Amino acid sequence: MRRVAWEHYVGVLGLLLLLVGTWMGLAWAPADRHMGEVQRILYVHVPAAWVAMLAFTLVFVGAIGWLWRGTWHWDALVEAGTEVGVVMGCLLIALGSIWARPTWGVWWDWDPRLTTAAVMVLSFSALMALRGFVDDPEKRATWTAVAAIVAYVDVPIVYFSVRWWRSLHQLQSSSGTMDSSMVTVLNLMFLAFTLVTVWFLARRYRIARARLSAEMEEAA
Amino acid sequence: MHPLRQFVHVLRKDMLHGWRSRSRFMAVLSFGVTTLLLFSFASGPDTTYLRVNAAGYLWLALLLMSTLSLAESFRVEMQNAALEGLLLLPTSPAAVYYGKAVGNLVVLGTLGVMLIPPMVVLYDAPLTLGIGKLVLTILLGAAGLCAPGTLYAGMSARARGKDVLLPLLLFPLVVPALLSAVKATSLVLGGDPMGQVGSWLGLLTAFNAIYWSLCGLLFGRVVED
Repeated sequence: MRRVAWEHYVGVLGLLLLLVGTWMGLAWAPADRHMGEVQRILYVHVPAAWVAMLAFTLVFVGAIGWLWRGTWHWDALVEAGTEVGVVMGCLLIALGSIWARPTWGVWWDWDPRLTTAAVMVLSFSALMALRGFVDDPEKRATWTAVAAIVAYVDVPIVYFSVRWWRSLHQLQSSSGTMDSSMVTVLNLMFLAFTLVTVWFLARRYRIARARLSAEMEEAA
Repeated sequence: MHPLRQFVHVLRKDMLHGWRSRSRFMAVLSFGVTTLLLFSFASGPDTTYLRVNAAGYLWLALLLMSTLSLAESFRVEMQNAALEGLLLLPTSPAAVYYGKAVGNLVVLGTLGVMLIPPMVVLYDAPLTLGIGKLVLTILLGAAGLCAPGTLYAGMSARARGKDVLLPLLLFPLVVPALLSAVKATSLVLGGDPMGQVGSWLGLLTAFNAIYWSLCGLLFGRVVED
């Protein structure tokens, strides 16, 4: 019998938790006193931000790993993290925009976190383009690693500069400012998003490794 | 050879090449002036509006010009495998990087300073805090574009789709440098009653310090074969 890869169990558990969390977020947790129903988007928006940052941090770790050790699994991690991070980053921006329209009255505002997220997604999308434009696997891995480190270092500088430039984003919510049922749903969604992202990352990592092996065989 | 002498030789080589291909420099300058002119068509003939946005237009023109001048600095190195030849000499990659990056800064800084007169004429921009501060801002901003720009130009010159790759990699990255440069230039032009220009120049200096060090460290990995 064919063995089921471990990440599928993680993914299925993540999807189940996502379903339960969505139901709890929409029906069980109370609506926000000031923002009303629109606040419920927080349960998917904040975890999306977390997993996007997690994926980009893994890209940074993979980039340093490749430059330091030069083993292919680091490059596969960079490839997997970049794509998953960009997908989650786009989801984050889309959700933020949907929330901003009824709350701020605009789809987009030049707020530090919003702008930083957009710049981050664009920077890492450029890494995907870079990978597509370089044929030699070793050069591709090194150049992507260099560009990933340069892009990751930029994230706090972008945030800081845009914060100076203009600020509108509401202060981060904490467990002290939220109802305990809201915190429960948020924590559940954090877990669900993390598990689903691990699933995506692991699948994408395997694809990257398989493609690399095929390239090596072709070159040999 | 001492790394400082290596750096001077690389810079001298780039400057000499730049001087011998002056027509290319003039073409990039005309492109910048044309861009400034086109911005006024895009936003309408309202003088007040143009004056307020002069700093932004100047930096967008410089950003677009930077992709041309940065790409050129490595295009010449690709002919007859000149870069390989340069790296085969007993030179450190850091000396090559800093030589080329400073060479790019000289070119872009000069282009930026030469854009001041057309900007003043086209947008009726006042130089409230004086030309000295404006030149300093342009040099710091140009340095912010050149540090990662030289690193990325080194990559994109040897990749497919080089024309699209350099701006794609560079533009999102230089957002903090561009933002600080635009704000500082805007304050230098329109006046700075709150004394904010120093903070923006400080941010620009910090961006430069980070990227001039980081890119110098990483350049060796980009050019190795």
